[in-house]
Amino acid sequence: MAEIAMMKTQAETALADLFARSKSLLPGDARSREDAFHRFAVKGLPHRRVEEWKYTDLRALMREVAPLAAKPDAAAIEAALAVESVFAAAEPATIAFVNGHLAKADAMPDGVAAVSLAQALAEGHPLLSKLGAVSDAEGNAAYALNAAFMTDGVVLHVTKRVEGRVALRFVTTGASAVSTATRVLVVVEEDAAISLLETHESANGLAHQPNDVVEFVVGDRAEVAHVRLNAESDAALALSTVTAHLGAQAAFGSRNIVAGSGLSRHQVWMTFAGADTKGAVRGATMLGGSQHADTTLVVNHLATGCESRELFKTAIDGRATGVFQGRINVAPQAQKTDGKMMSAAVLLSEEGTMMNKPELEIFADDVQCAHGATCGELDDDLLFYLMARGLPRPEAEALLIESFLGEAVEEDLDDAIVGEALMGIVEAWLKKRG
Amino acid sequence: MPAVQETIDRVKAIDVDQYKYGFETILEVDKAPKGLSEDIIRFISAKKGEPAWMLDWRLDAYKRWQTMQEPNWARVSYDKIDYNDIYYYAAPKLNAAPKSLDEVDPEILKAYEKLGIPLREQEILAGVEPTNRVAVDAVFDSVSVATTFKKELAEAGVIFCSISEAIREHPELVRKYLGTVVPVTDNFFATLNAAVFTDGTFVYVPKGVRCPMELSTYFRINEKNTGQFERTLIIADEGSYVSYLEGCTAPQRDENQLHAAVVELIALDDAEIKYSTVQNWYPGDANGKGGIYNFVTKRGDCRGKNSVITWTQVETGSAITWKYPSCILRGDGSRGEFYSIAVSNGMQQVDSGTKMIHLGKNTTSRIISKGISAGRSQNTYRGLVSAHRKASGARNFTNCDSLLIGNQCGAHTVPYIESKNASAVFEHEATTSKISEDQLFYCMQRGLDEEEATALIVNGFVKDVIQKLPMEFAVEAQKLIAISLEGSVG
Amino acid sequence: MIEIKNLVAEIEGKRILDGLNLTIHDGEVAAIMGPNGSGKSTLSYIIAGKEDYEILDGEVLLDGENVLEMEPSERAAAGVFLAFQYPLEIPGVATMTFLKAALNAQRRAREETELTTPEFMKAVQDAAGKLEIPRDMLKRALNVGFSGGEKKRMEILQMALLEPRFCILDETDSGLDIDALRVVSEGVNALRAPNRSFLVITHYQRLLQYIVPDTVHVMANGKIMRSGGKELAEELEANGYADYKAQEAA
Repeated sequence: MAEIAMMKTQAETALADLFARSKSLLPGDARSREDAFHRFAVKGLPHRRVEEWKYTDLRALMREVAPLAAKPDAAAIEAALAVESVFAAAEPATIAFVNGHLAKADAMPDGVAAVSLAQALAEGHPLLSKLGAVSDAEGNAAYALNAAFMTDGVVLHVTKRVEGRVALRFVTTGASAVSTATRVLVVVEEDAAISLLETHESANGLAHQPNDVVEFVVGDRAEVAHVRLNAESDAALALSTVTAHLGAQAAFGSRNIVAGSGLSRHQVWMTFAGADTKGAVRGATMLGGSQHADTTLVVNHLATGCESRELFKTAIDGRATGVFQGRINVAPQAQKTDGKMMSAAVLLSEEGTMMNKPELEIFADDVQCAHGATCGELDDDLLFYLMARGLPRPEAEALLIESFLGEAVEEDLDDAIVGEALMGIVEAWLKKRG
Repeated sequence: MPAVQETIDRVKAIDVDQYKYGFETILEVDKAPKGLSEDIIRFISAKKGEPAWMLDWRLDAYKRWQTMQEPNWARVSYDKIDYNDIYYYAAPKLNAAPKSLDEVDPEILKAYEKLGIPLREQEILAGVEPTNRVAVDAVFDSVSVATTFKKELAEAGVIFCSISEAIREHPELVRKYLGTVVPVTDNFFATLNAAVFTDGTFVYVPKGVRCPMELSTYFRINEKNTGQFERTLIIADEGSYVSYLEGCTAPQRDENQLHAAVVELIALDDAEIKYSTVQNWYPGDANGKGGIYNFVTKRGDCRGKNSVITWTQVETGSAITWKYPSCILRGDGSRGEFYSIAVSNGMQQVDSGTKMIHLGKNTTSRIISKGISAGRSQNTYRGLVSAHRKASGARNFTNCDSLLIGNQCGAHTVPYIESKNASAVFEHEATTSKISEDQLFYCMQRGLDEEEATALIVNGFVKDVIQKLPMEFAVEAQKLIAISLEGSVG
Repeated sequence: MIEIKNLVAEIEGKRILDGLNLTIHDGEVAAIMGPNGSGKSTLSYIIAGKEDYEILDGEVLLDGENVLEMEPSERAAAGVFLAFQYPLEIPGVATMTFLKAALNAQRRAREETELTTPEFMKAVQDAAGKLEIPRDMLKRALNVGFSGGEKKRMEILQMALLEPRFCILDETDSGLDIDALRVVSEGVNALRAPNRSFLVITHYQRLLQYIVPDTVHVMANGKIMRSGGKELAEELEANGYADYKAQEAA
């Protein structure tokens, strides 16, 4: 296939203009922002011939660029946060952001120190040296754009086993579509532990363009439980990235529930840098209408004796498209790796589409790695069994879909209150589906 | 089963670095000058006595090829190929086309004898029961040198001849089907092949005919710096059946040699084609010097309803393998199958797999791939399963297992699974592991040494695929696998 | 004759065998009984040559030759047979194929002529008949999908076929119901011969009602604590291993 030099798209030109106008107003070192934007600009918006973006052609899908959101006033903040959070019952200590800017912060529990990213960037906070610990993400378009535009976010320094939960709440409001770019850095010291809940919300109708990055740097024997909820506007184009750099004998889990966005792309890089660590990445995605949701993850085993588990469930209704791309890399030194990855999709309508690309890339011999992928309708035999017991078809279907998604939502989740809140989202989606 | 014992004996009997087909045959050769140009293409076409339409087809392909770039997405790396440093035509000197085997150069017959491929029908008849007869088309460098059992096949209505002969004798069939499965511009190597293909095999099985014997082509690259560009076209007309076997070898040489073949299969309503390959091209030496670049496009079109195409391949040779025998499941109720064993050792690079494109209703496909990596080799399975909007009731089951022997090799799995139909059910599973120490110990406790135990377990690992091969090939394939893994334990 | 002399072995720095001595004469059936974790299975693995253990001292002599210096396959050819507590599953390898490969490998190692296929088939079918092993089981992949009882019968079939000098039965009764236990025991008893010795490792006395031992040895703390005749097994059944555990604590 001939390499064709691509013309700049309208969106690419708009991004360049937006960056030129915004860069002097953004906190921190302008030079590193320029470097980041340059990394994006040399390749431009990724398209279907870029293997990692094969099924999500951002060049074709991102037509326009929404302006960078301004800091909202007090009244707008109050209105935005008046809506009760999904995780309210879990009573987390919450840091709230409205339109990408820090809006309100509860006192952090013992063992957690929080500094806003804007402040950290302005002051040159020492922990910022930990950004980019998973270097593989650096050249990625979404990650580079976030590095160029990031307005705010938070640096969380976790030094103990934290009691209770910490929540990061991102709400976007306003009368017109805006772009936001937030960055969160979570540094978890040796033997420390944290449970982190993250929500992204905006009202339906507006084509917001959130692009958020959360980076975890997890010390030896530390534990992280991370739950992320995408409840963005049905017209939103949402890019998100999670990176995790894991020390030895640690335990890390990240779970992403997609219940919103017109177009979403969630990327995960999980790197096992220390031995004997367990890491799990899970996700449940609910799609209808013409939604498109992409989950792309790369698991890098660099150390011996680690265990990785990836489980993704996708329910597809309407004309929606689900994408799963997952790769387990095992480096030559990563002997005794145990890696298992599974992506299962259920197509609930005639016109749904699922694209699965589970990969293994193995350079060590003493390993046990496996992946599986399935795609199909709900099981007829099971449907019949439930209906024969008296359930009408829609209820039988709902029950089966709930149990199908439930595995990825609740597997290995020790937090019953959070589990209940998440299953509530699944039930709401099923009810809306009718 | 005696094959296992033989495998073990073979492993014992052979030294490391032991490619047994590495001999060279000294012949007088008719060669075109090195390099590629319109003149060379005209030369090839004239040598073959081709009609004008064929020459035009080639020249058109050549024009398009010049605008194309070599693909770079496969997980293989090699020095840039200088396409002007290759001989595109080399043929043993013959006095016109041989009328019978007596006219074939005895050196060539000897070469095939050494390979264990009998070309003399009476020998075949003397040695083997009639039910096991195999008709052979032998391709030596650029030309087909002999085709056996032609007469008996003709009585059944089966056309089995070299593609050059088919272009002259059956132009209506060739024109109707050539390039309809693999279009001229399908990919860089296929387009090159369309421009310069020199020979290959043509099979046509008429309506309702069950081909009375296995058909087979044996490809041999003998000349230095020679590319082999064969083209195979097999058409199974309505309700017919044919089983076809392909084997390949080449002498041991320090240079890399290019093999860029195109195989097209067409199965019409209710027809079935079984295509089996045992590929044992010279893999290069232990340091990766020399060996064949095997860049092959193989595709089957299940054009008719309820048609079946089965690809079975045992890949142990070549320095680099780049091939994805595929099925286009166009006819309603058609079925595609792919069974593969890819063994890599030394510095070999394999990037192979299949595509199952479900277009018709109630189409089914099955993929069983077993990769074995040893030495410093890299072994990649790359596959696509897709169901288009109208492919309701499509079914696929895929199982890809990789086995690693030693810690300097790599095993990779890259499947693409694309479904656009709710009633399509796709299941994919893949595993990568090494031979279990417990299994080895268990076998050794029963008296097998480590190499024997490894051979035994590997034979078990690949058994599902071996079973799909015709008997004669199955035994050969098991031996080849053991030989390929020779020296990998320790 | 089998002589185990002052065997000392560790795994990952943990002492499992601590100066174990045991002699088993030709034709003798010796039983080793002991509490869980006393090192019984370790002893069987070490005699058969599993790699995981570090042998610090001692020797295991089979007719005067130290087997500890041999490869596992050489030990097998010399006549050591271990009936595994958990026989391994080997997918894709037909039981018949496996049996023939093993038998002929041993015959080659002993410089005996290999069996022809008809001879082999007859030998297998005779042995299989006695153990009530149906023919189709021999065609299936080795131990894959076999029940616990089928796997154990398959172990005894292999023992019969390979005609070892010294048979070790490691917890052969575990996971067997009473009928399977009877079939397996009869299979073993049929193999008792003047030139063949047995070491039967078991936790319970039940197996020893079917395979009646000549000698019984109590193992604890990595040694033989006490030896006696078959009546010792009954005594253990009545009193348990408490006495020996107490010694351990002391």
